[in-house]
Amino acid sequence: MGKILSKEYLSPNVVQLEIYAPLIARKRKAGHFVIVKIGEEGERIPLTIAKADLEKGTITLIVQKVGVTSHKVSALNIGDDVTDVVGPLGNPTHIENAGTVLCAGGGVGIAPLLPIVEALHNAGNKVISLIAAKTKELLILEREIRSHSDEVIIMTDDGSYGQKGLITVGMDEIFSTRKIDLCVTIGPAIMMKFTSLVAQKYQVPAMVSLNAIMVDGTGMCGACRVSVGGKIKFVCVDGPEFNAYDVDFDELLMRLGGYKQEEESDYRKELERIKSGTL
Amino acid sequence: MIDNNDKNKTAREQDWRKELKKGIPAKDRTNIERVHMPEADASERVQSNIEVNRGITPGMAMQEAKRCLDCVDPECIKGCPVQVDIPSFIKYIEAGEFLKATQTIKKDNVFPSICGRVCPQEVQCEAQCIYLKKLKKEPVAIGYLERFAADYENQSGQFYTPEIAESNHVKVAVIGSGPAGLAAAGDLVKYGYEVTVFEALHDFGGVLKYGIPEFRLPNNIIDQEIENLKKMGVTFMKNIIAGKTVSLADLEQEGYRAFFVGSGAGLPNFMNIPGENYNGILSANEYLTRVNLMGATRPGHDTPVYIGKRVAVIGGGNTAMDSVRTARRLGAEKAMIIYRRSFNEMPARKEEIRHAQEEGIEFLNLHAPVEYFANGDGHVNRVRLQRMELSDPDASGRRKPVPIPGSEYDIEVDLVIVSVGVSPNPIIPQSLPGLHVSKWGTIQVDEEKMQSNITGLFAGGDIVRGGATVILAMGDGRKAAKGIHEFLNGRGENPQQ
Repeated sequence: MGKILSKEYLSPNVVQLEIYAPLIARKRKAGHFVIVKIGEEGERIPLTIAKADLEKGTITLIVQKVGVTSHKVSALNIGDDVTDVVGPLGNPTHIENAGTVLCAGGGVGIAPLLPIVEALHNAGNKVISLIAAKTKELLILEREIRSHSDEVIIMTDDGSYGQKGLITVGMDEIFSTRKIDLCVTIGPAIMMKFTSLVAQKYQVPAMVSLNAIMVDGTGMCGACRVSVGGKIKFVCVDGPEFNAYDVDFDELLMRLGGYKQEEESDYRKELERIKSGTL
Repeated sequence: MIDNNDKNKTAREQDWRKELKKGIPAKDRTNIERVHMPEADASERVQSNIEVNRGITPGMAMQEAKRCLDCVDPECIKGCPVQVDIPSFIKYIEAGEFLKATQTIKKDNVFPSICGRVCPQEVQCEAQCIYLKKLKKEPVAIGYLERFAADYENQSGQFYTPEIAESNHVKVAVIGSGPAGLAAAGDLVKYGYEVTVFEALHDFGGVLKYGIPEFRLPNNIIDQEIENLKKMGVTFMKNIIAGKTVSLADLEQEGYRAFFVGSGAGLPNFMNIPGENYNGILSANEYLTRVNLMGATRPGHDTPVYIGKRVAVIGGGNTAMDSVRTARRLGAEKAMIIYRRSFNEMPARKEEIRHAQEEGIEFLNLHAPVEYFANGDGHVNRVRLQRMELSDPDASGRRKPVPIPGSEYDIEVDLVIVSVGVSPNPIIPQSLPGLHVSKWGTIQVDEEKMQSNITGLFAGGDIVRGGATVILAMGDGRKAAKGIHEFLNGRGENPQQ
């Protein structure tokens, strides 16, 4: 369990790792995530399963370097072991034939979106994928998204590829011109806050998949709690998907910033350690 | 259940025991003062994680053992959830046969080093002691003696390995490596089963590891017990979530014939009061897990934890005491317990409360938080407290806390730990739609065998009780092991019977 079989950089800060985890590969469904820990002294972080290969017994994780642990994960090479990987966790995405579905993904959120796009497409939906990034070189998984979508629209903030503008602009255009039966969006919390508002404006049923701070990932700690419809929900056992209209995104954003100070100082130390070659 | 009163009666008739009894007149025995547990100095221990209770010496243990009157009808055994033959082990200590004492305990309690530390003896065995009930004196220090015997064996290196039946090659799965699972595994392997323990986390021990701090139960004690189980033939697998990574149906296909679920109390409760989701407000489970399991404050560990200077812990149970004393050790200048009832109703062990007081913990009893406030970054900086008073006892004799209107006032805090109970972990019940669960989400089992409505599925500990003690969980695990043994025998699946 945990051996890395392939590694590829999808963009300068985003790494794709294929990990041998046959038990997880066998059980994994769209929407599931795993918890990984690097080293005996590592921390536990949740990562969404982007793909799985039953024959090879592998799962594919896509990691953006943002902190100590994601940096450590990215630093692993083919043949190395992920110390601990456990899952699949969370509830799988509810997949049904809803009709025409808009799948909107921003940045590294395209990775968790991919299995959902694939599952919705396989369930007979007409899938329109709207994928967005800051700039062309940060756009990931375009080919994979294309192979499971009926239509793909690309947007970049700077216009270096596809249409220029934020993802909400693209959604506004689609919702105002076509009948969309369901919308699934995944991306940074701040993005999902605004995509949810757009979906609500057009009264399109919308789901979001949340990423929260977690420790155990099995409901034990409550670190991942969010307010959904005014009630406390745990992302790990009640989610990670929720009705987009009901999520208190401002609270989620605040909670995601919770350990910023501690993490930034740790991350600086980690980067210095890597620089000085003591890793 | 084996009747240990009977066993003890036979043991009492042995010559050496009769001689021992005759050796000191009862009056002299009762004149001996109860031993005091040596404790690390409060001002020093809050600077470290060292175990507070240092353990008693062989001399102290033998002296304390003399106090035990070896009663004809020992009530202490009845007070023990697993009915340890208490007088027999104590008399071995009096005779200086410390290893025999441990072996006696281990017939009924597989983990005396753990129970000697965390059992609430004052409401169990010691509460039934003749000293307390008839002589109006302090009870025999059964807990200290149990711990002494266990530690003596650990340090002697001469582990008593219980008799293990020859392997019958029947596979049994234990889900969860907390106290219930470990106790079940220990007995199942003795019966001759091939036992595998599946643990969801990356380390074994469950609440003993992630919950109870090292100053109360050092990790090496737990690891030692797990090593012993491995030596007895139990297989341990980490990072496997039964119901997620593998379903019980998968395990059945792999040949597992019975299951014990000891998945514990999963979900921490919150109070649903305004501001409770601000940063710096976390469940006791999260706080203790970050510190104990993840080593947040140990050098080189990546997991962060908030370090509070003014810490409020909400609740009055053992977990609340563990949390507030941990906060104190991590540098809290003001570490407070906020509890809505009074000391009399506090569910924490008296010893924990006393230790907390010695360590400078403040107790705001008859207080409850009603709202939290935060700074611009969303980090808690203030809690609004309301004073409470206790109602007259109701029909059940319980005095309910009643808010005093207009009594609210605010205090500054920078870390709040919510320790108001837990709800059962939903993963197993969710993965087995036919399983009978209570409205609280606990698995329903028959009390004798701990069997659920699903054939071959047994459960115990907090997943059944909702939130209880280590020893009750262990007792459940042992009962279930016996239940599983009878179940498999009944099905003719144990070729040796």
